[in-house]
Amino acid sequence: MGSLEETCTSLRAQIIATEAQLAGLKRDLANAEQAAQSETATTTKIQPEDGDGESGRWPLFQEEYKRYGRQMIVSQVGLKGQLKLRSAKVLLVGAGGLGCPAAQYLAGAGVGIIGLIDGDTVEVSNLHRQVLHRTKNVGKYKVDSAIESLRELNPHPTYIAHRTHLTPEEAPTIFQGYDLILDCTDNPASRYLISDTAVLLGKPLVSASALRTEGQLMVLNNPPRAPGDKTGGPCYRCVFPKPPPADSVISCADGGILGPVVGTMGVLQALEAIKVITAPGIEGGADPTTVRPRDPPSLHIFSAYSSPLVRTIRLRSRRANCAVCSTEATVTLDTIKSGSMDYVFFCGSTNLPSVLSPEERISAREYNQRHPNVKSDSSQLHTIIDVRDEAQFGICSLKNSINIPISNILSSGYPAGSQGPDNGESATQVPSWVPSEVASSDSTNPIYVVCRLGNDSQIVVKKMKELGLDQHGKRFIGDIRGGLRSWKEEVDPEWPAY
Amino acid sequence: MTDTSHVGQGEFPIPITVEFTGGLELLFGNERKHKVVLPACLEDGSRPNISYLLKYLVDNLMKDQRIDMFIMEDNVRPGILVLINDADWELEGEETYELQQGDNIVFVSTLHGG
Repeated sequence: MGSLEETCTSLRAQIIATEAQLAGLKRDLANAEQAAQSETATTTKIQPEDGDGESGRWPLFQEEYKRYGRQMIVSQVGLKGQLKLRSAKVLLVGAGGLGCPAAQYLAGAGVGIIGLIDGDTVEVSNLHRQVLHRTKNVGKYKVDSAIESLRELNPHPTYIAHRTHLTPEEAPTIFQGYDLILDCTDNPASRYLISDTAVLLGKPLVSASALRTEGQLMVLNNPPRAPGDKTGGPCYRCVFPKPPPADSVISCADGGILGPVVGTMGVLQALEAIKVITAPGIEGGADPTTVRPRDPPSLHIFSAYSSPLVRTIRLRSRRANCAVCSTEATVTLDTIKSGSMDYVFFCGSTNLPSVLSPEERISAREYNQRHPNVKSDSSQLHTIIDVRDEAQFGICSLKNSINIPISNILSSGYPAGSQGPDNGESATQVPSWVPSEVASSDSTNPIYVVCRLGNDSQIVVKKMKELGLDQHGKRFIGDIRGGLRSWKEEVDPEWPAY
Repeated sequence: MTDTSHVGQGEFPIPITVEFTGGLELLFGNERKHKVVLPACLEDGSRPNISYLLKYLVDNLMKDQRIDMFIMEDNVRPGILVLINDADWELEGEETYELQQGDNIVFVSTLHGG
């Protein structure tokens, strides 16, 4: 019953929105016809005074004047800007931490057509930052959940749901229907695909990203000019011609993210989008001499724990040998659609190879059987090292485990092939992070290493063996396969999953 | 301002500020801002440029052993922007830019989350 009611509410809202859209189109047509008439009549009279009918006299509905009045009286917007917003078609790729706040402000501002692409469904771990989604919508497509909220906020715009991950085959067709693109995604392959497609179709692009306590924002391909035209704004590839190595890319799931940080970036994306849409152009008879020059290409860096919070740096202009926007371009709409430009391959895959052999790893269940949680002195029999960072260790940790964050381990000692401060002086010495019971050569008690998912733990085991802590195989050093996630699955269902 | 005449002569060491953001600070002892003093003149008589600074940072300031998280093929790894006094280094001559007293060099790793 509940879902039927929801469907009815949603359909009613859609009908209202579509009717508003239709009325808007009729008004636009009437205005255009009037303008055409007065032109052919060659009269200098601008507007006939007779228009007493609702339509034709005022370009917006009464309700719209009230709704948008506060932004329309801002001189940078005005009625002209509001009409531009109403006829704008904006596509947001991603309905997550960036897409939610960006869409919210664009819908609020009265953008005429708002499209959202996302193939994901809402998860509980999204709710602290993805502000359009409600707890009751966990499991629903993000785009549907988002549009539900947006309709409640403003029924006037037309909302278009694309329940799919953006693919190279579909991107050009989808982008075609819009005139401004917002990149609200979370991975390099999507970012290159979005930028390439936007450039080749002549759409400006507002790109943002966020991680932990920082965010970055750029307006790219603005003004949008044909490839080879140096007066166009730089694209993502001009700034980053090569993708970062896959193992240097950290997701919000692994690195963490503060809600207001990514929220700030999404809100700024909406702001930049409004600036691009309402920017005074030469069209409409504006005096070209008073048109403000566009802002030079910039990167805005937000850092929650720095002062100032935002710093802006000047970016380069279009790259002379850019693969997309230069005269030497090799990427075209055809190479994108056909798949010959392979974005996943270009950005590399993050599949981590298994560093350790099977006999160097034990399952969480096996570890629990070998070392059941005996009340006293169980720590004497083995050592368990947790290599997650301090914050994660503070959330939950195994009894008797020692916390040595992997960053401490990797930042101490000297890389193979280079020397210490006093040439080899420390070669046989044990780094300071190694606890005494591990460094001791008297003990052959086993050492286990654990982390969140079982990747970092392997690196640390390998490292400890390189330091000779396994006493040439006399002492077992191994990791817990699958990390603490497996611990929850195999041993302790009440273990907190964060 | 009075010092500028001397800078050209390469007599005084060159104090600069180096900053790391976007997660790069984790490779440098989790410190964002570092004061660095470079020699005014290198052994071969040249003045220190960004290339020299990269090597200097790896040898003296970097705490993490994963050098390829910062440097690849003798240059900053893809995905890191170098800013010279708040401008993309491509506007200033990239690695050949010769450092001046008081310069602010920022290394930014691009973020991808969202």
